[in-house]
Amino acid sequence: MTITVYVPCDTTALSLGADRVAQELKHAAAAQGQQINLVRNGSRGLFWLEPLVEVQTPEGRVAYGPVEPEQVEGLAAAGLFEGKPDHLLHLGDIEKHPYLAQQQRLTFARIGITDPICIDEYISHGGFAGLEKAAALTPQNIVDEVKASGLRGRGGAAFPAGIKWQTVLDEPHGQQKYVVCNADEGDSGTFADRLVMECDPYMLIEGMAIAGLAVGATLGFIYVRSEYLLSEKMLNEAIRRAEAQGYLGENVCGSGRPFHLEVRLGAGAYICGEEISLLESLEGKRGLVRSKPPLPAIKGLFGQPTVVNNVLSLAAVPYIMANGGKAYADYGMGRSLGTLPIQLAGNIKQGGLIELAFGVTLRTVLEDFGAGTFTGRQMKAVQVGGPLMAYMPESQWDTPMDYEAFAALGAGIGHGGVVVFDDTVDMGEQARFAMEFCAVESCGKCTPCRIGSVRGVEVIDRIRAGENQNSNLELLEDLCETMVDGSLCAMGGMTPFPVQSVMKYFPEDLMASPRQVEA
Amino acid sequence: MHMSENTNHNAPVMTVPEDWSPDIIRQEVAALQHKPGALLPILHAIQNRIGYVPEGAVPIIAEMLQQSRADIHGVISFYHHFRTRPAGSNLLEVCRAEACQARGGRAFERHVQEKLGVDYHQTTADNEFTLKPVYCLGNCACGPSIRVNNETIGRMTPQKFDQLADKLTTSVLQLK
Repeated sequence: MTITVYVPCDTTALSLGADRVAQELKHAAAAQGQQINLVRNGSRGLFWLEPLVEVQTPEGRVAYGPVEPEQVEGLAAAGLFEGKPDHLLHLGDIEKHPYLAQQQRLTFARIGITDPICIDEYISHGGFAGLEKAAALTPQNIVDEVKASGLRGRGGAAFPAGIKWQTVLDEPHGQQKYVVCNADEGDSGTFADRLVMECDPYMLIEGMAIAGLAVGATLGFIYVRSEYLLSEKMLNEAIRRAEAQGYLGENVCGSGRPFHLEVRLGAGAYICGEEISLLESLEGKRGLVRSKPPLPAIKGLFGQPTVVNNVLSLAAVPYIMANGGKAYADYGMGRSLGTLPIQLAGNIKQGGLIELAFGVTLRTVLEDFGAGTFTGRQMKAVQVGGPLMAYMPESQWDTPMDYEAFAALGAGIGHGGVVVFDDTVDMGEQARFAMEFCAVESCGKCTPCRIGSVRGVEVIDRIRAGENQNSNLELLEDLCETMVDGSLCAMGGMTPFPVQSVMKYFPEDLMASPRQVEA
Repeated sequence: MHMSENTNHNAPVMTVPEDWSPDIIRQEVAALQHKPGALLPILHAIQNRIGYVPEGAVPIIAEMLQQSRADIHGVISFYHHFRTRPAGSNLLEVCRAEACQARGGRAFERHVQEKLGVDYHQTTADNEFTLKPVYCLGNCACGPSIRVNNETIGRMTPQKFDQLADKLTTSVLQLK
């Protein structure tokens, strides 16, 4: 009897030796005379357990992890191919693991279960149900459903997606409109976009096709950062197969309307995650920002009305269409409706993807899911929402994950990344790095960002060297204020947030001389 | 329907770069210039084929796209990904971003620099390694991470890095 064995193929599993594990499994099976069908599934997002091997048994899938290539022989000897529990790495049914069982996976319902590129499996797990429904609806009906869901842009700005779509729909018909997916996932601590593209690419394709039908766009672009070559490859293959089956192309799902999709690679510029900069880049230019308005919804790509949405926003749409906007809006709290894919990263024991309804406290994420730091030391600071967001001290960890609750603290949810630091962190260096990163990645268009970031590094260095600390702190305060108020986009406008949070909550680190880093 | 099993997703792209010629540039531009906003795809195609975007390509691209040389040069110099000189035999990118810092990334990058004897944006004297900073590889729960010739490797340690560097150097020497 042939036994199905699953070895994930996402970047994280691969970065930990999944290909070698797969090879060793083939050898071990051959040595036992055991026929296996090796499926390269996506990751379930429990990254501390990667590579996570699963074996199909009559009683269901049985998981083992984290599996090092050198351990495969021993695992096989202990009965891995029969799903036996006689090995330390045996985890049983991974879906019963509290980390997964306590999640509310609406968007990420399929990841890790299926072979990402297999369109039949996508369909048998509920895929394309949303698009089929949308194909029979009027554009206004589709937009209304998205409005009813309360979905807000998951890229960080949290702008209501339905209103953006309405604006594009309301632009005169008969002109070229575009749907652009922002897959320039550059924030440190984030990987949910990557997981969508690598582990469930048809979901993004489906979301974009629905957006196309909703606003009357016939062409879509997915702007993928150049660090994500595997995402590019998966998407291109998935697009080819979706076209062959009529989910993309001249007649989307029998709607009589066309929608085509193309993947474009960025080129290593963080600023291109900013939507205007991204559109400039897609047009083949330097990724410079400009002031808004005009909004991209009215004058976007090549001057045409354009929906620009993050991967996670578009990936939420198939669920919303298939189950109704209300089903999605039933999750969450206040004006933060639906689920938030939280990405738990940095110095954390159990890092990974945690999709939950808005409203869970940060502490629950850190302690119940994360189980403390990787190093076993005390947690000191947590940066939520990427490099342009505040560092949060422990006094703020009981805040619910909700756009408004975080904003009230001067913090933000951003794209949902949570980066944990233990008590060895030098917060003065983190403040300096925020300015340094801005100096490297600023597009250079506006002065507060271009010059302010360079001066920010210098002033922090002077403070840390003990030079006129009080007046330099005042200067830093002033500089931060100028950048926040005077920059054209979020890059310069938000770089001060982590710096200001360090000044406020970790001043002792900022005033002390830098700790030596030993190689 | 399954493509994954027999496809090695992260096989390092070890294409041997060709020497550049005006004809190669013209071919790559001609193949892509019909696309809207074709410049980035063209630059990617050239760099993938030759290993870098030679300065001599600028006037050819400019003429074929009917843009100024300054436009083309401006785009090439804006993006960190494009280089105008060949890299060393191995392109090594070390993640400097926050999630990796939280896992000892600062000490790790110092180790890499000391081991190779170069700073960022430099190539070792034997031309084996070009060292570049990268700001996030999306492997943030398993840092520190590096990327070697397009293959991402997580949970790096100084020991793992030394083994990797030695292995890469040896295999390249064998090829010669």
